[in-house]
Amino acid sequence: MIQFEKVTRSFQVGDQQVAALRNIDLSIAAGDYVSIMGPSGSGKSTLLNLLGLLDRPTSGIYRLDGGNVTDLNDEQQARVRSEKIGFVFQSFHLVPRLTAAMNIELPLILAGIPVQERRGRVEELLKNYGLIDRADHRPDQLSGGQRQRVAIARATSMRPSVLLADEPTGNLDQTTGREVINLLEQLTEQNVTLILVTHDPALGERASRQLHMVDGQIVSPSRP
Amino acid sequence: MRLPDVVQFAAASLRGSPARTGLMILAMSIGVAAVVILTGLGEGARRYVINQFSSLGTNLVIVFPGRTETAGIGPGMLLGQIPRELSLDDAAALLKSRAVSRIAPLTIGSSQISKDAKNREVIVLGSTSSLLEVRHMTLASGQFLPPGDVHASESVCVLGTKINRELFGNASGVGSWVRLGDRRFRVIGILTSQGESMGFNTDEIVIVPVASAHMLFNTSGLFRILVEARSREQIAQAKIDTETILFARHGGEKDVTVVTQDAVLATFDRILRALTMAVGGIAAISLAVAGILIMNVMLIAVSQRVKEIGLLKALGAPAAQIRTLFFTEAVLLSGIGSIAGLVMGEAGVLFIGRLYPSLPVAAPWWAVLAAIFTSLGTGILFSVWPARRAAQLDPVTALAGR
Repeated sequence: MIQFEKVTRSFQVGDQQVAALRNIDLSIAAGDYVSIMGPSGSGKSTLLNLLGLLDRPTSGIYRLDGGNVTDLNDEQQARVRSEKIGFVFQSFHLVPRLTAAMNIELPLILAGIPVQERRGRVEELLKNYGLIDRADHRPDQLSGGQRQRVAIARATSMRPSVLLADEPTGNLDQTTGREVINLLEQLTEQNVTLILVTHDPALGERASRQLHMVDGQIVSPSRP
Repeated sequence: MRLPDVVQFAAASLRGSPARTGLMILAMSIGVAAVVILTGLGEGARRYVINQFSSLGTNLVIVFPGRTETAGIGPGMLLGQIPRELSLDDAAALLKSRAVSRIAPLTIGSSQISKDAKNREVIVLGSTSSLLEVRHMTLASGQFLPPGDVHASESVCVLGTKINRELFGNASGVGSWVRLGDRRFRVIGILTSQGESMGFNTDEIVIVPVASAHMLFNTSGLFRILVEARSREQIAQAKIDTETILFARHGGEKDVTVVTQDAVLATFDRILRALTMAVGGIAAISLAVAGILIMNVMLIAVSQRVKEIGLLKALGAPAAQIRTLFFTEAVLLSGIGSIAGLVMGEAGVLFIGRLYPSLPVAAPWWAVLAAIFTSLGTGILFSVWPARRAAQLDPVTALAGR
């Protein structure tokens, strides 16, 4: 459950305040599949950063699963990120020196999960995403699709309630992009809230709910 | 995050750039090795000097003629007189002190020694039977100078091993006659090899009774009197007594110098210890330089790994954790560096020890500890800033790689 109440985010550019998001009210139910579309500069990424607690709103309140996360300090926010939010990036953001298995394990390591449990979860994820025979490969030995599968496995390793995907197919060809989207959509069946930022209208229309952004505002919520 | 995971993660990122890691470890280890080797050398020099002094005897008070310090002007000086000689009777008189257990007068000169057609130049030491104990010498064969009247100029001599070998080959010269200058001496003993000590090689000397030496060199004075105190505690008393007795015998004129072995030793000890510390300190500068290098490279690492840091933050790593990760990397670096440096340093010390067997090189434990702590300390100190910088990165800009 995500709730934005009058969220504004503005940046200081020179001596001017530029608002990237203006007074956004938004509510996304758990397990919802939402796509965010709009031209570049419309505030998509800023919205996503705020949703992912990577950035703080200039004003307004953000509630995640009922709790106000706006006022949390950095450490508490990091903890919320670790436990409730998964990220999938356009450029995968895998750590190049770590194997696929270790990349998937990374959030679990950071969260301090015991070794035994970690092994089991990584094993399971490798199996689910068809990466068993790629477990010991480094990112540069993997194809783009495999990389993004590793990234999705990583994003879901902590079993988050919200998955934020920023142009997840942007660096992939049509076919692998479709595969990746299918994987993400499967997650919504497990009550994971999927929020997808994309340029591609075809992709955006697959979502059960589409948000169009222009100039820092949501112009056409398909469902109020 | 669990500690083993932190260490593993840090180690993995060090392995990720082997060239950089290798160079930093090298810099650190050279610093540590320099401290170990240089202090080892200094300490070696100190021990060498102390050993040399100790091999001269224990609890010694040494008397030599003349005054080496300016304590006013004596009447003798105004008349241009040379200081009064030390005589055999002076030496004998010292035994009156209860703090003194033994004395050994010494006369020194050089002369030609010959046996049949073989001859060479030797240092001739004139002394008494007590020299053997006072000077910690031992005999390989035969006996030492006979005890008895110090004024008796018996024609006997004791040879150093090298002199014996040169005159008699592998046979013992005991019982044979040799010629020293214009007199014939019977060889009664041979010294065991002692090697060189304080630039004086007992293997290449000939010892004769002091009276014989006086006749040989046509003198009557003594070069030194070695006075042995009864115990370590009595050294000071022996020195005072020696001075009192000699000044009294010399008509109140302070024309002898009395030094204790301890005092000389302590002076050398102080000088060489200071030297060791100074050299160690200079070497420690290279450690500080290595520390700054680590800081530099860690800063570069932070900017190279901005994206990774952003990712770690997105994955839920709080700032403190990222700080810990970079910090651990630096600690690992300097830790491995100092261990490698220790190995290098000890190997160097071993090598120098092989090269100069007489020099007892060994880095003192305090220098080794100081080197390790300095390297760890600089490593940690200089990683604080890069680690903080990494932790303070804004995740959004970091993820974008800006």
